[in-house]
Amino acid sequence: MKIDRRSFLSFVIGGAAGTALSPLPWKLTDDISIWSQNWPWTPVPPKGETTYVASTCTLCPGGCGISVRKVDDRVVKVEGLKGHPVNDGGICPLGLSGAQLLYSPTRVRAPMKKVNGTWREIAWDTAIQEIADQLKDLREKGQPQSVAWVSDSDRGSVAELSKRFLTVFGSPNFIRTPSIQDSYELVLYLTQGQRAMAGFDLANATYVLSFGSGIIEGWGAPPHLFRAKSVMQQKGGKISQLEARLSKTAAKADQFIPIKPGTEGALALGLIHVILKEGLYRKQIVQDQSTGSDALKKLAGDDFAPEAVSKTTGVDAKTIVELARAFAGAKKPLAVCGRGNGRQEAGSAQEFLAVHFLNALMGSINTAGGVVAVPEPDYVDWPEPEMDAAASAGMQQARVDGAGGKDFPLSRYLLNRLPEALDGGASSPVQVLFVNHANPAFSLVDTARVEKSLKKIPLIVSFSSFMDETAALAHYILPNHIYLERFEDVPASQGFPKPFIGLVKPVVAPILKTRHIGDVVIQVAKAVGGNVASAFAWDSYEACLQESLGDKWDRLKEEVYWVDSNFSPAAFETKSKKFEFANADIALLPAYAALKAPGDDKAFPLTLVPFDTLRLASGAVGTPPFLVKALEETMLQKNDGLVEINPVDAQKLGLADGAAAVLSTPKGSARVKVTLSEGMMPGLIAMVRGLGHTAYDRFLAGRGVNINSLMSSVEAPGTGFEAAWGVRAQLTKA
Amino acid sequence: MDQPTNKRFGMVIDLDKCTGCGACMVACMAENNVPFREDDTDKLLSIAWMRVYRLKNGKSFPQAEECFLPRPCQHCEGHHGHSPCVSVCPATATDYDMQTGIVSQVPTRCFGCRYCMAACPYHVRQFNWWDPIWPDGMERSLNPDVSVRMRGIVEKCSFCYHRYQRALDEAYAEGRRDLKEHEYQTACTQACPAGAITFGDLNNPAHTVHKLAQPDTAHEGKSRNPKAFRLLERLGTNTKVYYLSSREWVRRAGDSALRKS
Repeated sequence: MKIDRRSFLSFVIGGAAGTALSPLPWKLTDDISIWSQNWPWTPVPPKGETTYVASTCTLCPGGCGISVRKVDDRVVKVEGLKGHPVNDGGICPLGLSGAQLLYSPTRVRAPMKKVNGTWREIAWDTAIQEIADQLKDLREKGQPQSVAWVSDSDRGSVAELSKRFLTVFGSPNFIRTPSIQDSYELVLYLTQGQRAMAGFDLANATYVLSFGSGIIEGWGAPPHLFRAKSVMQQKGGKISQLEARLSKTAAKADQFIPIKPGTEGALALGLIHVILKEGLYRKQIVQDQSTGSDALKKLAGDDFAPEAVSKTTGVDAKTIVELARAFAGAKKPLAVCGRGNGRQEAGSAQEFLAVHFLNALMGSINTAGGVVAVPEPDYVDWPEPEMDAAASAGMQQARVDGAGGKDFPLSRYLLNRLPEALDGGASSPVQVLFVNHANPAFSLVDTARVEKSLKKIPLIVSFSSFMDETAALAHYILPNHIYLERFEDVPASQGFPKPFIGLVKPVVAPILKTRHIGDVVIQVAKAVGGNVASAFAWDSYEACLQESLGDKWDRLKEEVYWVDSNFSPAAFETKSKKFEFANADIALLPAYAALKAPGDDKAFPLTLVPFDTLRLASGAVGTPPFLVKALEETMLQKNDGLVEINPVDAQKLGLADGAAAVLSTPKGSARVKVTLSEGMMPGLIAMVRGLGHTAYDRFLAGRGVNINSLMSSVEAPGTGFEAAWGVRAQLTKA
Repeated sequence: MDQPTNKRFGMVIDLDKCTGCGACMVACMAENNVPFREDDTDKLLSIAWMRVYRLKNGKSFPQAEECFLPRPCQHCEGHHGHSPCVSVCPATATDYDMQTGIVSQVPTRCFGCRYCMAACPYHVRQFNWWDPIWPDGMERSLNPDVSVRMRGIVEKCSFCYHRYQRALDEAYAEGRRDLKEHEYQTACTQACPAGAITFGDLNNPAHTVHKLAQPDTAHEGKSRNPKAFRLLERLGTNTKVYYLSSREWVRRAGDSALRKS
């Protein structure tokens, strides 16, 4: 056959037309598109059976119920547990990121020992034996009290196991990290004679006066308060926020009253002054249920008349009087205090006392819509350990932090004083430090000093699941399972107005060579031997937990929470059996005085205050990548932390929005960027707390500035509590 | 023959309740396998299907006020399903589903021309400039119900359509053809700790969203609730996300440029 021009063209054109009309090009384009989207490095999540496991979150003291979604053996998502008394399905952004913590590359994969400055993996049994040997040495040398333990909780079975270990070993040095719980517990004890936790029935209040508390910024149990706030405002309730900066809480309050930071206590006393003077308090309640109201009149005397308070606080006298009338006129008023998320410093007990007195004057104590004294959990009821001579002698020694001693007889824990104690002598009074669920090297103020003093301790054992800042300083890391892999009790929900127990349940089998801290404590005790060993008769932590929870165990395993719904607060346990505005213990506290931000006013013309956000984790938890991603651009830009400043101040300093600047305080300086905010009080600058990590993954480490490194410690008079609310600062063009 | 009534899934976000915590953003990321990068601080490049913006009243201290505004895809209906993005997509990668009112996004169809991003008045669409990479081991947390998107394509909020499909599957297995209100809820709605987000069928008078939004179908779904507004309503995009606020300046801000937060 001859191929001429005509047939060639017919063939080509016909072929092209035929191909175009056939499905082939479309099929090919589709295939190419699919093929080009199936690169081997784009993960394809394997399918499987979806199940949900109920448990309790431990990432903050809120104790929310969680429902963990699994696909086969993988944790895919953590959601809020519907019907749970604390959060009823709601959940905070950190709780939602739980799966990222479980599968985080910065988890400590196995027990580690630091040898010549580098971490080496070590066998569990070897690590436990080596630590036990050092502990035995200390006992033989007659220094059992030089063992200390730092944790963010002193309740529940794990904390009780640690305390039991210390007691039977011979050390009184169990130290809880500072938080507003310290102040609230003290106030409840002083005025009501109750060893209790403060709960807040926000949902049933009709007016909430918040002295800088971040009600929707992590204070208490966040999702619980979010919902309570919504419910309360929907019923017509009002919130007034006293704060120096337009925080999220202030923005969402019905009234924002700017106040000079650190003077909240003066304002509370000013309100008491007006309420007493105008006779606005609930007279019957005060008369029948309290004593010492005369002393209160003296306490809130003429020094706290509106004009005087106006000078201290910057709130004008008229507003003070109106505020007092609004508070007293509300059906169910509730005053709360403790700045920000309340998990950083204990604050001034005198300030908390003044705010508590406000509640007492209006009968808002132990009632619906008020402050409720929630009894400390009592289910951990083990037989008293048998003490040997060494243990008894050790327990007689003064605490290393001075809490409960002659200077601070009312305080229970003063971790903020530990650096000073460690720096005191030639050899460290703490020879062995155990750290569980706490990151003092990051979260205490004046981090450089904390780090320096921690380095004096010859043996630090961290139970951290992550390589955090404190774990990096340790000598051994005995990694605990994370909360999605273990059993544990959550003995309370912070700020929740009823007794509550949550159960943490293993959702997946441990994915790394970690071990439950409870088991490790029992094993260390057994390796130490003698009375220490015999105080820990349990075979495993799970057996211990089951025994402690007794008849609640089965129910908890099924429902993951127990709540005393019929709870009614116990009667006051003071000597008078009434609420006491004054007594011998309260008299031990010096009179209220506003605490100043440390630093020279001339060299540092501005005041730097920290603020909290739910988009950054606090305490022992490192912020997972999702949260760093969700962080506002007014807090972090590239690696620079941002400082909020009022536009007027910025103009004076010649700083434009986004300009680079150097932030200096008496403790050091850092490169920052500025962000202009009309929500900032002039003269004040603010920076978010929770950035500037040196540890954790590449998403978090090296980003922003740790404000704690720029702050310096302020010891509250009378209690020794950490009360640093800010620091003097200077901002200059970079 | 009886036609099943069409649904118009929509959302009502109560800005008085919203606390700006960001739980909706993170719930969405975890549910929908949203990738993250080492530096995600440039919000124009950072992928988030749900983003919380911060609105300001523009006054100076202490009269300054702020409000937070969560912004998922608005699922515009336009006139008869002509949403801005759907109209311009050359690949039919995005489509308006008349049965549900959901604007879909099919990642495998998208070839990354980004016309839709230019067309969307709400910046809900984001482009994958980089390959999604999870740190070693973290890919175990990925949700198999949502495909992982690769570099070069556009993605956006789907009102958690996979949750609708799963809920339907479960209902069908029980022999039901219709869903109860609570059976299909988006991840953000479920997570919101303040109870600010409500989700449901705007066509169903029994659903809470209908009661809150009070859409006037004769006027392109404009709300009869004086507290309610929609974003850039004057564009006629006929969106299915309604916002509630008791503050006038917030309602007005819904019709001007938004500031990122």
